[in-house]
Amino acid sequence: MAGARFVQELRARDPRRRFEITVLGAEREAAYNRVLLSSVLAGSLTPAEIETVPSAWYAAEDVELRTGIEVAMVDRRRRRVLTSGGEHIGYDRLVLATGSRAWVPPIDGLVRDDGELDEDVVVFRTLSDCRAMLARLGRVRRAVVLGGGLLGLEAARGLAGRGVEVEVVHPADRLMERQLDLDAGRVLARTLRSLGVRVRLGAQAVSYDEGPCGRGLVLDDGARVPADLLVVACGVRPNTGLAAAARLKIGRAIVVDDRLTSVTDPLIHAIGECAQHAEQVYGLVAPAWEQAAVLADVLTDGTARYAGSQVVTRLKAADVDLAAMGDTDVDDLDEELEVLRFADPARGTYQKIVIRDERVTGAIMLGGPETVGTVTQLFDRAALVPLDRRALIFPGVSDAGGPSDPADLPDDHTVCRCNGVSCGRVREAAEAGARSVADVAATTRATTGCGGCRADVAAVLAAARPADRAVEATVEVPA
Amino acid sequence: MVATATHCSYCALQCGMTLSPSVDGTVTVRPRDFPTNRGGLCQKGWTAADLLTSPQRLTTPLVRDGRAKDLRPASWDEALDIVADGVRATRRAHGADAVAVLGGGGLTNEKAYQLGKFARVALRTKNIDYNGRYCMSSAAAASNRAFGIDRGLPFPLTDLARTGAVLIAGGNVAETMPPFMQHLAAVRDRGGALVVADPRRTATVDQATLHLPVMPGTDLALALGLFHLAVTDGHVDRAYVADRTTGFEAAWRAAAQWWPERVERVTGVPVTAQRAAVRALADGARGDGAVILTARGAEQQSKGTDTVTALINLALALGLPGRPNSGFGCITGQGNGQGGREHGQKADQLPGYRRIDDPASRAHVASVWGVDADDLPGPGPSAYELIESLGTDGGPRALLVHGTNVVVSSPRGRRVMERLAALDLVVVCDLVPSETAELADVVLPVTQWAEEDGTMTNLEGRVIRRRKAVEPPPGVRTELEVLAGLAERLGHGERFGTDPEQVFDELRRASAGGVADYSGITWERIDADGGVFWPCPGPGHPGTPRLFADGFPTPDGRARFVTVDHRPVAEDVDADHPVYLTTGRVLQQYQSGAQTRRVPSLAAAAAEPHVEIHPDLAGRSGLSDGDLVRVVSRRGDAVGRVRLTTAIRADTVFMPFHWGGEQAVNRVTNPALDPVSRMPEFKVCAVRLERVVS
Repeated sequence: MAGARFVQELRARDPRRRFEITVLGAEREAAYNRVLLSSVLAGSLTPAEIETVPSAWYAAEDVELRTGIEVAMVDRRRRRVLTSGGEHIGYDRLVLATGSRAWVPPIDGLVRDDGELDEDVVVFRTLSDCRAMLARLGRVRRAVVLGGGLLGLEAARGLAGRGVEVEVVHPADRLMERQLDLDAGRVLARTLRSLGVRVRLGAQAVSYDEGPCGRGLVLDDGARVPADLLVVACGVRPNTGLAAAARLKIGRAIVVDDRLTSVTDPLIHAIGECAQHAEQVYGLVAPAWEQAAVLADVLTDGTARYAGSQVVTRLKAADVDLAAMGDTDVDDLDEELEVLRFADPARGTYQKIVIRDERVTGAIMLGGPETVGTVTQLFDRAALVPLDRRALIFPGVSDAGGPSDPADLPDDHTVCRCNGVSCGRVREAAEAGARSVADVAATTRATTGCGGCRADVAAVLAAARPADRAVEATVEVPA
Repeated sequence: MVATATHCSYCALQCGMTLSPSVDGTVTVRPRDFPTNRGGLCQKGWTAADLLTSPQRLTTPLVRDGRAKDLRPASWDEALDIVADGVRATRRAHGADAVAVLGGGGLTNEKAYQLGKFARVALRTKNIDYNGRYCMSSAAAASNRAFGIDRGLPFPLTDLARTGAVLIAGGNVAETMPPFMQHLAAVRDRGGALVVADPRRTATVDQATLHLPVMPGTDLALALGLFHLAVTDGHVDRAYVADRTTGFEAAWRAAAQWWPERVERVTGVPVTAQRAAVRALADGARGDGAVILTARGAEQQSKGTDTVTALINLALALGLPGRPNSGFGCITGQGNGQGGREHGQKADQLPGYRRIDDPASRAHVASVWGVDADDLPGPGPSAYELIESLGTDGGPRALLVHGTNVVVSSPRGRRVMERLAALDLVVVCDLVPSETAELADVVLPVTQWAEEDGTMTNLEGRVIRRRKAVEPPPGVRTELEVLAGLAERLGHGERFGTDPEQVFDELRRASAGGVADYSGITWERIDADGGVFWPCPGPGHPGTPRLFADGFPTPDGRARFVTVDHRPVAEDVDADHPVYLTTGRVLQQYQSGAQTRRVPSLAAAAAEPHVEIHPDLAGRSGLSDGDLVRVVSRRGDAVGRVRLTTAIRADTVFMPFHWGGEQAVNRVTNPALDPVSRMPEFKVCAVRLERVVS
């Protein structure tokens, strides 16, 4: 996704097509939107619908697109790459957007002797993984998802929505432990259970093998979880093999500076999940797109520099509303911090907001979605939080008062906005003999605009003329 | 005296009303049961007649003997001679394009038509545009490219009451055209949905079933997100898309990048609210119908055309346009915003919504006008670009202004004043001494609404009659008379009559065969039927209340999905200007306020601009309720009175634009233009707040 985005960003800044661009992709497919894989799994989108840039776009923009081509080696000295097909392709600038791959833990039964995944094991990473899973759906009754992180839970929810019995097996003491605290993890597990996803925490898998009642995942406590499909979602590893072989500096990923340029070679750049900037390796699409834009600007002599990304993690799973951002695993008693918390586990709600210097530095928003947009934007923009902190969790709570009985409104209250008529004038009209809303309208014009105040005017009138209450009990609706 | 059935002088709802003059010269207004207002009137309508007898009314031409001198009364002959001499001298020295014309969306069809013809035939200038550029131009451009036609509502307003769900993107009708709310209330009372996208919790939002609190300048991302959800949640009408549209795949590919969680982050609208909005529309589409409406909030942005396009894409995906009680529409603002853009005062158009660069259109209109098509000028620049060019090297040297108060209504207002000051001749036709008239070299007093006959085309595309109810004050002429007087002096007298019905008959011929074909509409028919919907191509044609039932007026008969993508606001907040400003209207004032500020009861109810501020922002800015605050951008500043409210975001302030001078918020707004419609970015710019110490 980073690569395709970068090409689009570069062409947008290069209308005269100064750059000759060649795109090499190992996957057979043109670029697609990985964020939407969970929608494909859930069945709401077809694989064709998540293609981001059609092949025709590349042709129209004069970009050479070559899919199904793997690069075997980068020859920095001669400024060229060697494909696995033995072809040399020269470059002035090389952008590595090699992404990452699913990590498969060393557990017996996951990988066959030839190094390929076992036929009942899938990872959830690429469109072809997704297709593989979909192709098997008809034959799968029980699936286990190994790993309770973001991708694992999206896969689990997707499979459950397809009618598969699903259990998530997760080694940590909570789901999504990188984003959630213990309580949030518990509430999330409860929500998932209600959607048909079982969750088993603190469980180490030992092997995946054939038992008397079919295949199953064996855990370190000896338990056996039946599974005719095992989805491995244990995290990813950046694809840095090429860069390492070319002796670029690698940390957890390819080390780049603020210009997204390798610190080893000024002609080589890295963006997306294979890049490491300021000790950070990002695994989400938003940072990759931000990097793509910055690099396109850098290569077209712009002044943009990458300063890191604010990360908001958003679980994409039907009927589960979860956003997590910043640092939330904090000491509640830290005097530098304000920690707001609201939990209603029975309704799947847990919200925690961490504030430092009047700014949101971390938040978990689970199941209570009304303020999630507000909190996310405050976090993104480092904007000042509301003076009444409750407004971050309960929308509208700080708005003054609720609706009161119109009859009690003061004389100077405007009851009809369209014609600027106060309660006092309605009462004067009543005093002068008005017996109906129509009478009031005739003298004050109240209710003759949008008509929305008719009931209020009737109430004020009725209270001002108690004897007429029976007459005014029915409120006419405008014709 | 006789009571006269006519329509309100202000907005595009054109509420039916009856005017009854009394012997003492005052005129009584009574609402009429017309389909748009069904007996309702707002405060502006009730008091519309007060302006007829305003002591501030202009009743004699005014001229200035040099820029440093005051305006002085003059005879009509003297004033018209000065204008004609000035025009001739300017043309001689600088060419025909050195004379420019600005029109308005409040002019009758007859006046708008005649003004466009006057510019092209008598002045032979390409430099004419109008204030509708600041109004409906984005929606017009989007509708044209999607449907092949631009009519605000493609169905009668009364259809709205029968639909199952309505989405209003950036519109506050409860404040701008209150009787409109009756139609929406009917939807809600029947259990239907009323969804409103607005950064503020407005009076309209208060009556909605769902509010989408969109951050200023992100309406396009929201629209893309709603389209995205319509696809992923399975609400697309696949058969409709296949049979009646083109371009879905590419439009989807752009919207595919706007999954709801990303949209939430950009717009601030929660995913659940986005999903609920789409579900409401989809439920409506499967039941009684669903309608998507846009207004200035979504349109007055430097990406307004694309925002409207994205909402049209949503409407097409749900299969709405052309279905009963369903569709997409734009809520037109100005009284004749619709007709005003159809008959030739737009820079690139000729009567009948014809393109001025189309040879066949030029030939047809030239034949009606009795001129050579080659003598017609080509397309000119848009309103703001025209204003920017005034008095510059190679730019216009003289300007005629009709029905607009540009120094209040244009963005970057002080710049506008500088440009006017750089001209050799500024001529303003108006009924009151507006801020623009005060800067003119010649001011010509013209008739208003109840003093003249003509037609208006309301927000539904219904052509209706404006009827004369009273005699104008002595000394006042109609704009048709003014144009005729000038044309005569410029050697074209025979082409410019003063009888509005005859002008309308010529307009009918000029529009014949065009998109907005009025050829079958006569004043007689309007009088008999209460209005006729265009297109009405020919005397026997019944008019067209509902468009698109059988197809779209595009070459292949299909509606077009147009691919659009989100982009950021033209000017984002920063350390020096940390707050967003958005602008809009209040109930008691209309447009630049030139008229409504002179109606005593309206002036009393809304005497000065207020600045809506969230209490948190006010507290942090050292502002209290009732303080005067200066709103400052890179372009200028304006002063208003602080009104604390939790109905606005804490990062945004709101200020209405109906006042002039230091109170004119358009001194602050950003003239960044939409690349297609040339609409300025009125709805969002970056400002800081300064407390005014008195």
